[in-house]
Amino acid sequence: MAVAMFSAHAAQFRDDMAQRTLACTICHGKEGRAGPDGYYPRIAGKPAGYLYNQLLNFRDGRRHYGLMARLLDTLSDAYLLEIAQHFASLDLPYAAPPPPQVSEAVLQRGQLLAREGDAAAKIPACVRCHGPALTGVVPATPGLLGLSRDYLNSQLGAWRTGQRKAHAPDCMAQIARQLTPQDLTAVAAWLAAQPLPMDAHPAQALPRPPGIACGSAMLPAPATP
Amino acid sequence: MMKRAILAALFGVLVLAALVIFLNLRGEDEMHDALPTTPAAAETVSRGAYLARAGNCVTCHTDRGGAPFAGGRAIETPFGTVYASNLTPDKATGIGNWSADNFWRALHNGRGKDGRLLYPAFPYPNYTLVTRADSDAIFDYLRSVPPVQRANRAHRLRWPYSTQAALAVWRALYFTVGANHEERTQSAQFNRGAYLVRGLGHCSACHITRNFLGASSDMMDLSGGLIPMQNWYAPSLTSPAEAGVADWDLAQIEHLLQTGVAPRSAVLGPMAEVVLHSTQYLLPADLRAMAVYLKALPQTHEHDAAPVVTMSARMAERGAKIYDQHCAQCHGDKGEGVPGAYPPLAANRAVNLAVTANLVQVVLNGGFPPSTAGNPRPFGMPPFATVLSDADVAAVISHIRASWGNHAAPVSEFSVSQQRDTTGS
Repeated sequence: MAVAMFSAHAAQFRDDMAQRTLACTICHGKEGRAGPDGYYPRIAGKPAGYLYNQLLNFRDGRRHYGLMARLLDTLSDAYLLEIAQHFASLDLPYAAPPPPQVSEAVLQRGQLLAREGDAAAKIPACVRCHGPALTGVVPATPGLLGLSRDYLNSQLGAWRTGQRKAHAPDCMAQIARQLTPQDLTAVAAWLAAQPLPMDAHPAQALPRPPGIACGSAMLPAPATP
Repeated sequence: MMKRAILAALFGVLVLAALVIFLNLRGEDEMHDALPTTPAAAETVSRGAYLARAGNCVTCHTDRGGAPFAGGRAIETPFGTVYASNLTPDKATGIGNWSADNFWRALHNGRGKDGRLLYPAFPYPNYTLVTRADSDAIFDYLRSVPPVQRANRAHRLRWPYSTQAALAVWRALYFTVGANHEERTQSAQFNRGAYLVRGLGHCSACHITRNFLGASSDMMDLSGGLIPMQNWYAPSLTSPAEAGVADWDLAQIEHLLQTGVAPRSAVLGPMAEVVLHSTQYLLPADLRAMAVYLKALPQTHEHDAAPVVTMSARMAERGAKIYDQHCAQCHGDKGEGVPGAYPPLAANRAVNLAVTANLVQVVLNGGFPPSTAGNPRPFGMPPFATVLSDADVAAVISHIRASWGNHAAPVSEFSVSQQRDTTGS
């Protein structure tokens, strides 16, 4: 009789990080696999340093989204890092990308920018920093695949206009300002159309130094027991 | 005849103006502008740091992502926006050119170094109770923080609230220079608690019932009120039906202030900021003192007539369905919650409040109790703003307010929609 009083729901409670971060996954999708429309990006499997930087960026006003900022306002740096590490540690499959909605010429321009860059326009290739497979690099460079075109467009756009910022030096802001609207659309469309490689994990290191300095947050001091 | 009437009216105005001026300046001490010549003793600085915590200066005087105490945070009021000022010891833009007397007059009398009357968004109606020794210690601490050059932003208030004359009238009506009078019949603990709750802690800045001028005839009132512009309701600390703690154990009250959670409650929203930046750092003796005082607050037992408004069958069905889909996983099929993680909704005072602003806030925007030393990894409430429509939010809250022994009136779709608009979610 006593057992019967426990509902099916109550039995689902587990004292773990997935339980603690239900406030994140309601928008970012089950286990952080991205929301249904892709506007709330995938966070599962992104490098912990990148996720931690973004949490601080929202909390400290370098990125602007009221819902995020309000959620983070009362959380400590140490806990935000733990949340970042939790999502970074998830190793989950990716869905196949949607078919591209742009012309072949646009896709080719996007691919060129991503793989080779455009030296004349002072645009480095995405692969220089985000890894040869574009799956990101530990500890703080995000992968660029598995994200929706809308999300990529809006983020690159926000970087161009100064709406989105990162810790100084803000390397991505410099690069985004070099992109013409056409180039921005092209690279976002190409990236959003790429399937993930077999090994979708962030790279452990870049083959050669990226040649551009990027800011990042200091990690919080480990909690004293 | 006419002439005499005009003269009499003029005379009346003059007398009133003189009275307002008198009421605004009475109780001021002689002021010296000489700057301190010696650095403060380390002991005073650390005492001042502690007192600044107890007064939660940092929350308002720090902008999002800005340097601590450098000001700039916008405080929205029904009369316009007030911008918190720079409290760092920068000579040009902060209080680097202030004397201890100047600081005391701001805290105690609500007048700045330049003589201007200060807006009571800065809670000097409470701080006026702070002792001179504590004021000096806080001043010494602020002189020790790194100076930050950041010019103060001019307030953006509507006329006539933007004028010093209007502020002077407000002060004549509602502000009295105070002092910390101990009640001799009460314990030292009670008196210390009263000092912290009424003075530095400025609890009544939120938990007060305000009139249309943002004031109350008793600025120390704790009978609960809607925090202007924020759409959060600071519940009454003098009502057992709201947030009165007369029947709580002292240890539970202390635990809530120290960790942000208690066996059946968690703090969210503005109170989470208070625990995060202020009360979690208080010494056990001070937390005990506050608990003793709060527990002893006289409670009003208003006869709460059970609301007879019932919701439609359709709304009830919709609410139950949404509850099962989105809420029961954490809060349980019977609103029982999970001890240590999720508060119960059954027989929860916060669920049954007549003012439903907090429930709508929490369902739309979610939130975490604060990360504190005593509860470093809080469980969070998801924001449902992107998932549920206004009608859904109204239905599920109404369902919760009518289930498992709860008996509060339903919430309308209209009130959810109004609140969604004003919180920008």
